Amino acid sequence: MSRRPGFVLEVDKSTPPTLFWNGEGFTLETLPEGSRVLYAPEPMEALSDPYGAIRHALLHPVGDRDPLPALLSAGMKLTICFDDISLPLPPMVAPDIRQMVIESVLDMAADAGVDDVVLVAALALHRRMTESELRHALGDRVYDAFAPHGLLTQHDAEDADNLIHLGQTEQGEDIEINKRAATSDLLVYVNINLVAMDGGHKSVATGLASYRSLRHHHNPQTMQHSRSFMDAPASELHTSNWRMGRYIAESGVKIFQIETTLNTDTFPSSFSFLQKREWEWNLRDRATYAGTSAALARVPSRLSRQIFHSIKSPHAMTSVQAGEVEAVHALTTENVWKQQGVEVQGQTDILTLGLPYICPYNVNSIMNPILVACLGLGYFFNLYRGQPLVRQGGVLILRHPTRPEFHPGHHPSYIDFYEQVLTQTVDPVRIHKEFEESFATDPWYIHLYRTGHAYHGVHPFYMWYWCAHALQHLGRVIIVGGDAAAVRRLGFSPASSLNDALEIASDVVGSSPTLTHLHAPPIMMADVT
Amino acid sequence: MPIGRDLRGKRFFITGATGFLGTALVERILRCVPEAEITVLVRPGRRADAAARLAREVIKNDCFDRLRDEWGDRFAAEVARRVRAVPGDVGQDGLGLDEAGRAALAAADIVIHSAATVSFDAPLTQAVEINLLGPSRVGAAVAASGSGAHLISVSTAYVASTHQGEAKEELLSENRFTLDVDWEDEVKAARRLRDDLQAESRKPAALTGFTKQARSEIGGAGEHLIATRAEKVREEWVSTQLVDAGAARAHSLGWPDAYPFTKAMGERALVAQWGGRVPITFVRPSIIESALAEPYPGWIRGFRMAEPIIVSYARGLLREFPGVPEGIIDVIPVDLVVAAILGVAAHGASTGPPSVYHVASGVRNPFRYGHLVVLTQDFFSRNPLYDERGQPINVPEWSFPGRGRVQRQLRRADAAMTLAEKLLTALPIRGTQAELAARIEDKHMLAKRALGYVELYGAYTETDARYRVDRLMTLWDTFDDEDHQVFCFDPGVIDWDDYVHRVHLPSVLEHTRVRTKAGKSVVEKRPERARKAILSPDRHLAVFDLEHTLMSSNVVDTYAWLASRHLPAGRRARFVADLVRQAPSLLALDRRDRGDFLRSFYRRFEDAPIARLREDSWELFHQQLLTRSFPDGFARVRAHRALGHRTLLITGALDFIIEPLRPLFDDIVCAVMEERDGLLTGHLTTLPPIGEARALVLTDYAELHSLSLEESVAYADSASDLAMLEAVGFPVAVNPEARLSAIARRRGWHVEHWAKAAGGSHRPLPLGPFDVTSPRATVAR
Repeated sequence: MSRRPGFVLEVDKSTPPTLFWNGEGFTLETLPEGSRVLYAPEPMEALSDPYGAIRHALLHPVGDRDPLPALLSAGMKLTICFDDISLPLPPMVAPDIRQMVIESVLDMAADAGVDDVVLVAALALHRRMTESELRHALGDRVYDAFAPHGLLTQHDAEDADNLIHLGQTEQGEDIEINKRAATSDLLVYVNINLVAMDGGHKSVATGLASYRSLRHHHNPQTMQHSRSFMDAPASELHTSNWRMGRYIAESGVKIFQIETTLNTDTFPSSFSFLQKREWEWNLRDRATYAGTSAALARVPSRLSRQIFHSIKSPHAMTSVQAGEVEAVHALTTENVWKQQGVEVQGQTDILTLGLPYICPYNVNSIMNPILVACLGLGYFFNLYRGQPLVRQGGVLILRHPTRPEFHPGHHPSYIDFYEQVLTQTVDPVRIHKEFEESFATDPWYIHLYRTGHAYHGVHPFYMWYWCAHALQHLGRVIIVGGDAAAVRRLGFSPASSLNDALEIASDVVGSSPTLTHLHAPPIMMADVT
Repeated sequence: MPIGRDLRGKRFFITGATGFLGTALVERILRCVPEAEITVLVRPGRRADAAARLAREVIKNDCFDRLRDEWGDRFAAEVARRVRAVPGDVGQDGLGLDEAGRAALAAADIVIHSAATVSFDAPLTQAVEINLLGPSRVGAAVAASGSGAHLISVSTAYVASTHQGEAKEELLSENRFTLDVDWEDEVKAARRLRDDLQAESRKPAALTGFTKQARSEIGGAGEHLIATRAEKVREEWVSTQLVDAGAARAHSLGWPDAYPFTKAMGERALVAQWGGRVPITFVRPSIIESALAEPYPGWIRGFRMAEPIIVSYARGLLREFPGVPEGIIDVIPVDLVVAAILGVAAHGASTGPPSVYHVASGVRNPFRYGHLVVLTQDFFSRNPLYDERGQPINVPEWSFPGRGRVQRQLRRADAAMTLAEKLLTALPIRGTQAELAARIEDKHMLAKRALGYVELYGAYTETDARYRVDRLMTLWDTFDDEDHQVFCFDPGVIDWDDYVHRVHLPSVLEHTRVRTKAGKSVVEKRPERARKAILSPDRHLAVFDLEHTLMSSNVVDTYAWLASRHLPAGRRARFVADLVRQAPSLLALDRRDRGDFLRSFYRRFEDAPIARLREDSWELFHQQLLTRSFPDGFARVRAHRALGHRTLLITGALDFIIEPLRPLFDDIVCAVMEERDGLLTGHLTTLPPIGEARALVLTDYAELHSLSLEESVAYADSASDLAMLEAVGFPVAVNPEARLSAIARRRGWHVEHWAKAAGGSHRPLPLGPFDVTSPRATVAR
């Protein structure tokens, strides 16, 4: 099957309406003539023998690393860390990549007679995964072999007994990470690189770190200087993580990094219209669109949420590479770009985005207003290399219902952030200065993070910092179809329709602006020249 | 100026100075009678002695604003020099005077008795003690003092009953329309009736009824509180019976209610005992309303007879009011009455039998009821009140129906709302729905009040009596022009249109807390103020109830979750069916006695393995309870802690269930179950901390930690927590169920509406998740 690259469509009279994601649903919008629509490249072909490819990668590492079997020996202490529920999006159809890689690693460890093996979910300050989520990521065989013996753990950034302070970088950044992982003879990290920002030194330096360590790069200043954080060389976030990663390596922590990439085959065949170009929709696509839209309009948000979160993505592995972190990550990034890159000529006055129901922090949960902001201004806005899709001072128009709904179990501190912080200010720098510490050190949030399934107290702050670059860059943010009060709380302008939004935007960009729509997901990276 | 001259330097002794007329009297004497001195008889209150009450309730009144302006810096000194209070009580023989009081009375030149219970619906015995016996007690004290002072007894024009035709200024003994009733028999009968009713109210059947009513009002709040409430209900019953008895007796003798009846008897008693021995004059005003000019136009004190009716009308609540449009409504401004009294004082007592003066407008300057209604309607059409949304309220047009029809209508509405209220309080609703019940209760109260007005005052709008003022006018003619200016009491000077539109109604509105402006209310800020007080650093302790206060869950659904946690699919259905079948009886038991309910329900945990429950409880908390929690409530607990207040959770829930909540509070008091060999026994080790026990736990806790309950805040959702809420200085009703909602509304308690996070769990009967043990189960998920 030959695949078509990304595509930039110029809207003319004959262009059918364009699909916008709208939370747990979607809508068709007619874009002004002359607008550009960016379509993701079609999915790359999956590796035909994933287990074989994994084995090959483990046996033929890149960079300064021996093949995995050579690193394994009886009596050693082995820790296998893996990305948590935030990857991939949506969660993939079983078997999950993590399961396939970890089974392969464990086979080799068994062959070598390694019996001190611990698995660690690299949560950073994310919520702990539930049993069924862990079973889905690792498979029942791995789960049942480890979990009952306490050997399947989740990184606890507040467990003083299991953290180790390795030192400080020359910039004074504390490095405090998971002790078991850091003191093992070998740390194998199993990664899924959904977007270019994932992986590399960020896997260990962020995924296994504590608040004390994270605060050095998870802050407004760093994020304002990460342009974009999807483009590692231009990202201050990555520079800091790389400094830390090198320090960790120099401290003698031996890491065997395994990174994988996915294709853009994001939705199951029943929803295939979501990743097709509208003028190519067949009768079935149109019928599915009409049927689903009509049905979704009639069910409560709770139910539509349930329907969407049960979607398992068919995305398949396109590459796997293992070995030394930086060498591995170079290959990975290249593979991500191969799949996701779209070349775009010039910036636009207005960027429009339809935000879907999911982001890395609401898997099996609720996309609250703060996450809406983060997905739009953090993730999607930053899907560029070179320069942002939208010009300095331009307008970002998002489409999302933005209901003030929160998952009280997963996002307790988000509720208080929304009620107590955003009511005072939306300025990331002020928020950082005035409010962060009290949330970060709050014993109740820490309690919920450690014993339940709650994101850490400081996490909503990070979501807001994620928006810092966009907030600095944009002239205005408008959310179409959002709960007006919630949208205003975020500091944005509510609009009831795309036309209204364009009218509001005209104050900033004039009456005949250029407009670009990022038709995602599926995810793409705009190479803006 | 004969009045000022004649009264110059006189010593006045005044009763009823804290009342509407008395306050105006004191002010006018101070301002207009040079060097006159005043002693006021004031009943010491529970918190303030006579002098303090004089200062706070009389001198501080805005009646004295003019004088404060005129006198400036010397106001305080001047008042102190010329006015003093002596403790006493017209309800006691000898007026309860002390030595100083008796001396003041002995030195008095003029005694003005204006103390009365003016309420038309006072209990008969109270009206008898004060209105009937008061004047003769004052007469006796004056006689005993030997001062020979002139006693001016303020009565009411309506003592001449409301018969048609003209009533002359004559003693009741000369009035052929009033029955010659023996006042002593009336006193005895009233006292006997009170004793009988007291006895009656203590009979077992009656007591059972009172307790039942108390229980229906405050539910399972605990025996002590119910007993307290039941005793109050009993007292109220006796009082109501006495009110009804007073009205009935008054009606039977031709008076509209107990007020003029007892005042009439009081006149008779005074004349019979002291006529001829003490110089007596009766001044009988009609319906006293706001001042025409003195101390300033519109001055009024307290809510008088017409004001509540006017305000109810302006708020659109009185759709109809009975009355005859041609009938005369006899209103007299307070300053005219004051001037008339001082005129009478200056004139001195007559040598023969006591003389009588009417101070009324009906004959000299008649004001038709129909005219009043038109003026009022006109006024409120141009100056409407506004509803809580800020929209103007349309005033109804009255069609002057008969009293019977209006009463029937209102009684029907009353009955309908009584039923609705009963139904709503019986339903297990809370929060905003319970507010609806409270709103209906409010409406009901207004309707009841409207009915009360019609029953009480209807007679006055339908009266056709005309109170002649020949004597008053003769007195008027004896004074010169200057007196006519300073001490005006000619009812002829009133321009009714002007008085109603520019004097009285604006004053009524100013004294009522009604919205006279469009737009958002300023009253809404009250919750904000209350919240600020609650979150002041001065508070000591914040105590919280759990269920429905901090989370929407209860012992039944936590049990359901835990019990079903490891049940296979097949048995779950039966488990649910069983629980649903038992629901009504569980609910009934819970309503009857929460303690019994908990003890009996907790038996279900018998033989449950404690280790597994402890483990499952964490899952229950994070997966279930947290998703049903009220984030605002949790935030409030944390806000209290941040302010350095101690926080305490008192709950009937079991210790292992609330274990995950421990870090939220400084301390937790909960139910603890006995364990034996790793199994629960189903029996609690101590009484569960619920109902009144909570107040005890709270008191002990506060004592142990040296915290003041006065400075503490309590949060709860149900009337069963009443004892705990009452124990603290800052009670907060959270999502109150109907009964607590009503109580909180009545007592002005702060109410919070805390809700689950939008996105929280809404499952009615949450069951535990299936065990994820078999690989197939995982795939299926």
